[in-house]
Amino acid sequence: MLSVKNNHPTEFQDELIAQFDEIVKRYPEGRQKSALLPILHAVQAAFGWLSVDAMDKVAAYLEIEPIEVYEVATFYTMFFLQPQGKYVLEVCRTGPCCLVGAERIMKHIEHRLGVKENEVTPDGLFSWRGIECIAACGMGPVLQIGPTYTYYENLTEESVDQLIEELKSK
Amino acid sequence: MARKLLLEHVHIPGINTFEVYRQKGGYRAAEKALRTLSPEDVVEEVKKSGLRGRGGAGFPTGMKWSFLAKPEGVPRYLVCNADESEPGTFKDRYLMTHIPHALIEGMIVASYALGANTSYIYVRGEMMPQIRILERAIEEAKAAGFLGTNILGSGYNLELYVQPGGGAYICGEETALLESLEGKRGNPRIKPPFPAVAGLYNCPTVVNNVESIAATVPVLNIGGEEYAKIGIERSTGTKLISASGNINKPGVYEIELGLPVEEFIYSDEYCGGITKGKRLKAVVAGGSSVPILPANLILKTAKGDNRLMTYESLADGGFASGTMLGSGGFIVFDEDQCIVRNTWNFARFYHHESCGQCSPCREGTGWMEKVLHRLEHGHGKMSDIDLLVDVSKKIEGNTICPLGDAAAWPVASAIRHFRDEFEWHVTHGEEAQIRNFGLAHYADPLTVES
Ligand SMILES: Cc1cc2nc3c(=O)[nH]c(=O)nc-3n(C[C@H](O)[C@H](O)[C@H](O)COP(=O)(O)O)c2cc1C
Ligand code: SF4
Ligand code: FES
Repeated sequence: MLSVKNNHPTEFQDELIAQFDEIVKRYPEGRQKSALLPILHAVQAAFGWLSVDAMDKVAAYLEIEPIEVYEVATFYTMFFLQPQGKYVLEVCRTGPCCLVGAERIMKHIEHRLGVKENEVTPDGLFSWRGIECIAACGMGPVLQIGPTYTYYENLTEESVDQLIEELKSK
Repeated sequence: MARKLLLEHVHIPGINTFEVYRQKGGYRAAEKALRTLSPEDVVEEVKKSGLRGRGGAGFPTGMKWSFLAKPEGVPRYLVCNADESEPGTFKDRYLMTHIPHALIEGMIVASYALGANTSYIYVRGEMMPQIRILERAIEEAKAAGFLGTNILGSGYNLELYVQPGGGAYICGEETALLESLEGKRGNPRIKPPFPAVAGLYNCPTVVNNVESIAATVPVLNIGGEEYAKIGIERSTGTKLISASGNINKPGVYEIELGLPVEEFIYSDEYCGGITKGKRLKAVVAGGSSVPILPANLILKTAKGDNRLMTYESLADGGFASGTMLGSGGFIVFDEDQCIVRNTWNFARFYHHESCGQCSPCREGTGWMEKVLHRLEHGHGKMSDIDLLVDVSKKIEGNTICPLGDAAAWPVASAIRHFRDEFEWHVTHGEEAQIRNFGLAHYADPLTVES
């Protein structure tokens, strides 16, 4: 369930603020609220998730009410309102990918990482979840890893194992 | 070989850069428009081409453009719909990854035709790599003088921006997309007013799919009349088809509209047949929202004519025995697939993606998911099947946006064509956990051994 209870003091570096300043320029005068989604993505890329404090600071920056940020952050599935593993393996679980074995891949990941969907491994490195179609249906099964959202396509049990090993040794 | 208008150069190394795209004749359409045509001429050319929206609804693009309100002193906007989240559809991502300048050039042509000086490309947030690719392409085009102020000395100004979504299928619906672009939840708006009158920031706005916008480039290059000669009747030009499921060659194919469905599935130029020599069971021809058809009805219409890849032929027979071209998400099911399980999967998808504004959609999609779950897991009752039909009818047509219909059709059509398989799940609940129903009367007549 989504909730905005998890708080954590968050400091925005000047670099991040400079990024916000660039984003806001894309919209007409007085329409800075349009920058909300790109800014939340930038914040999540920097911290891995969105704390209430971070959302409040975004609201202050955009001169909108905090509730306007919470209602958006809770609507869109890409935003994490709790800390996640360093790598979040997001596996497509929609029809076309299931035709080519997505359910098997999800079971394998669960078994391999030893944690259930949305749980973090004890070393803090991984969490995983099923997500809906990410427009790679012909290359399924597929998973993505933020914040760059690199896709790993045509997954097999072996390629998943290899990926997990690579991420561990990074 | 069929004619390629969008993907002709897709395999040329470096075609994603301005330089190579330009060498291959890129930005000629933009030059032609800005140097030799008035905005009205461009609209006229697109009208003549017969190009229909490639995002799913198939609305004629030129006509949509001519509906745009033009009040004095009010900005107009073009917004490109690159939200691509209809299950089974991955053509826009492919085009943006490999030939980003085709979209940028199309945005210039279309924005000029509409008199828009600021345009946005709304890309689903998961496509961060494509967002970076488009941003780089925009920089290149700007450096070459195709964006910015006084483009090619024409006096026309255009700024182009890329906006990320946040992971919500509903933001593909055009008014939800506009809400999202304004920094809000993606709740579709009640229409009217239509975006053509009050869209982004309450200003007149056109929303078009990536492929529709990119297709205006070949339309200008070869001329609207020439474009209209490709295809059959009111299905003109070429179309990108995303092919997935149990086929030998999944991927994105550019077809001339009018190609027989049978050829598309079995020819080596396209899908290359069913994997492992299995038999065809069913096809969802236009993305998860369109009715599913059993093999016999996807290859031939109820009247016995060959089914063609056109808006009209796929729809032949209406809901009783036809489907839709939709977004061109062509999903192929082999004989081992379970229709009940797939229907449950799609129902779960729509329930998950419902924005929750309308009760029939919010509640109905949830009920359908639950009932299908119990049917699939061997706990269903015979009455559940009619219950599903009843719920789907109560959603259809009773909601603010078409997501309700999109959720109802897959369920209603699966039961219409595969009722015996649903019944078998009730009568053989336990067996259904370990084996699938397989093929029945609806087997592909081409591959059934006599
Ligand atoms: C639930 C829903 C999802 C949609 N998703 C998309 C999408 O991902 N991409 C798209 O181009 N159109 C999508 N559409 C259709 C758009 O509302 C709109 O008709 C289309 O972008 C218009 O462009 P076109 O005329 O060029 O096809 C969707 C519609 C609905 C109801
Ligand atoms: S039909 Fe569904 S998705 Fe569309 S507005 Fe209503 S609740 Fe939202
Ligand atoms: S169904 Fe998995 S990417 Fe589309």
